[in-house]
Amino acid sequence: MRIGVFVCQCGTNIAATVATDRVVEAARAMLGVIHAESIQYTCSDPGQRAIIDAIQQKDLTRVVMAGCSPRMHETTFRRAVQRGGMNPFMLEMVNIREHCSWIHPDIDQGTLKAIDLVRKGVARVRRQAPLSGSTVPVTRAALVIGGGVAGIQAALDMADAGIPVTLVEKGPTIGGNMARLDKTFPTLDCSSCILTPRMVEVKNHDNIKLIVNAEVDQVRGHIGSFEVDIRRKATCVIEQKCTGCMICQEKCPSRAPDEFNAGMGESKAISIAFPQAVPLVAGLRKEHCRQFVKGRCGVCQKVCPADAIDYEQEDEIVSGAFGAVVVATGYDLYDWTGSYPTYGMGRYPDVITSMQYERLLSASGPTGGHVRRPSDGAEPQQVVFISCIGSRDESVGRPQCCSVGCMYTAKQAILTKEHIPDSQSYIFYIDIRAAGKGYDEFSRRAQTEFGALYIRGRVGKIYPRGGKLIVMGTDTLAGEQVEIEADLVVLATGLTAARGAGELARKLNISYDGYEFFTEGHPKLKPVETNTGGVFLAGACQGPKDIPATVAQASAAAAKVIGLLSRGELETSPVVAAVDRNRCVGCFKCRDVCPYGAVEQEQLPGGRAVAHVIDSLCQGCGLCNVACPPSTISLKGYTDNQLIAEVVEVLR
Amino acid sequence: MSKENVKIVGFLCNWCSYAGADMAGTARIRQPAQLRIVRLPCTGRVDPLLILKAFQEGADGVLVSGCHPGDCHYNEGNYHARRRLEVLARMLPALGIDPARFHYTWVSASEGARWAEVVESFTGQVKQAVGGGSVSQTNEVDKMV
Repeated sequence: MRIGVFVCQCGTNIAATVATDRVVEAARAMLGVIHAESIQYTCSDPGQRAIIDAIQQKDLTRVVMAGCSPRMHETTFRRAVQRGGMNPFMLEMVNIREHCSWIHPDIDQGTLKAIDLVRKGVARVRRQAPLSGSTVPVTRAALVIGGGVAGIQAALDMADAGIPVTLVEKGPTIGGNMARLDKTFPTLDCSSCILTPRMVEVKNHDNIKLIVNAEVDQVRGHIGSFEVDIRRKATCVIEQKCTGCMICQEKCPSRAPDEFNAGMGESKAISIAFPQAVPLVAGLRKEHCRQFVKGRCGVCQKVCPADAIDYEQEDEIVSGAFGAVVVATGYDLYDWTGSYPTYGMGRYPDVITSMQYERLLSASGPTGGHVRRPSDGAEPQQVVFISCIGSRDESVGRPQCCSVGCMYTAKQAILTKEHIPDSQSYIFYIDIRAAGKGYDEFSRRAQTEFGALYIRGRVGKIYPRGGKLIVMGTDTLAGEQVEIEADLVVLATGLTAARGAGELARKLNISYDGYEFFTEGHPKLKPVETNTGGVFLAGACQGPKDIPATVAQASAAAAKVIGLLSRGELETSPVVAAVDRNRCVGCFKCRDVCPYGAVEQEQLPGGRAVAHVIDSLCQGCGLCNVACPPSTISLKGYTDNQLIAEVVEVLR
Repeated sequence: MSKENVKIVGFLCNWCSYAGADMAGTARIRQPAQLRIVRLPCTGRVDPLLILKAFQEGADGVLVSGCHPGDCHYNEGNYHARRRLEVLARMLPALGIDPARFHYTWVSASEGARWAEVVESFTGQVKQAVGGGSVSQTNEVDKMV
């Protein structure tokens, strides 16, 4: 056995708190080690070269690489040893950076721990066998979950590359939050003008199948071969028949809240979200419909010229096979009404959210683009904007920056002045965050050209007085109290993960943080990947971000999927369970615990039944290994012998 | 009384807790240096006998950490782990091992700070438990296992 140990200094990242020369010296004395050296940056080209040279010159058969986390560079070094002529699984990575040098400032402690960890790695690699995976075919089709601008971009990019795409949208139309915006910063592009043509492209694209009013129900399978059940919710409208004439909406007697307009204005129980909706198909909301609430009405069915209304319609499950999934579920606005008691908790009609204000500004909104305040329809003269509602606010448990509030508030102040030239906007802010291209210039224009008054400080209280709202705040720069008689108050509410994000994450087996934003594979190097192979992220579902960043990420996710699906087949991980047939007693406890149905019964020639692992289904969790009474089923790469050896060596 | 020079073995799943420990490292959150982490695909791979083996080999403490229930990378591995580890935890006194020397928990990939807290508090707990004179108990375990 000829083991080589390479101890990375990682510049000073490791070398500052781990004496790498002492680790090398200790490694030389370990059983089987015939070569040990310390390298400044092992992941660099000369570093990898040094490993390859040592393998070839000293005929190494196993390599221990002590450096950063294997989650960072295991693949890098597996490839390096493979180039040196070794089986890639004969490499063991030992984490002496994230788990050692970065957390222990004392060099003696750090060094001793690093030596323990290297000893553990050597013991483990001594018991490692060469592994190779099999190949599985890749399903050349992609699923996109969420039809906002992220999902639209990803779907179009992939479809243009020739990949069949299914786009699933929870709501009745694609377009997402962006479709509700009036203008976009920092160019004041009309949001609809840049988005709705893309929505139409989705609808007309030969490679895109669009399913609205639908959610992912169940996900099975793995990278290259997912099977997904999509639940299309009953809307009582036959999509193929509906022509989008909107007669039903016109005649419907049941009023319902207007969700597209963020609750500003009213809609009907049967309606089309907005005139540019894609698909342009009506949908019925049973909870508001007289037919369902009172049991009699039937107006829409009578008036529909296309005979598209079906009250008996039921949810439908559409199943599909996909090689990859792009998650683009976007965001919801923070619900401020539960946590800002001093702002009225929603009791004052003229304290509204930024999205509601956006609808008041929009020509397609409930007021036709004329800014009218909700209470009495008057045109406001004094408009107060308050930043960071439900973001950067520890007191409501939302410490993160929403990343768009400063910019959209500046935009809304500019638009206010354009709509109402004699109006005055006041903006209470904590800091102005305008880091994007052209952003700082834009927010300065709000002040210099459009006369918005920025007041650095928080608003303590809002209360009504004589048809006005009194906004009491602090100007922390001037060090004085401010009181403004406002006609309208707009809250720059932060972004939260879309409702149900956590539930979806559990179905897809991807990680998410405490705010239900999905976790990327690596914050720098894998920004669109997840920890689950074949599942990619696009847009605000990964964290609050603006439209340019969302679109960039969506294209990046699409590129990853195109790369993945351009391969005809995928090499599976060889880290799977294997059965020692001779010792298997045929109890099938392994089959009972396997979450993937990867264990089957195999009839041996003598008639004895033993367990057999289907490699392509096994995901390598090792549950069976523990369940097996005589330990005859074993997870390759994590065998009992390897784990026991690790334990013994770190306790030596 | 507390013993300073303890050794603790940690069994961490690759997808959540190992990544959480990485995140604590990336954030440079200082932690006690007594823990040695063994990486596994899933806490469902943690054989209770492996934990007893660690105690037998002289571990002062054993820590197991995986994905939060419901978030397992393999759907249900940590549920199996939870049942096995709970039974083990209740058996430890019968084996003469102070249950304070064993702990299992759930730390996600984004909970770097929480991971550091777990290491800090468990290390303190083990130092107390072992320092309290239960070193001899380890010998008891040797006889029994």
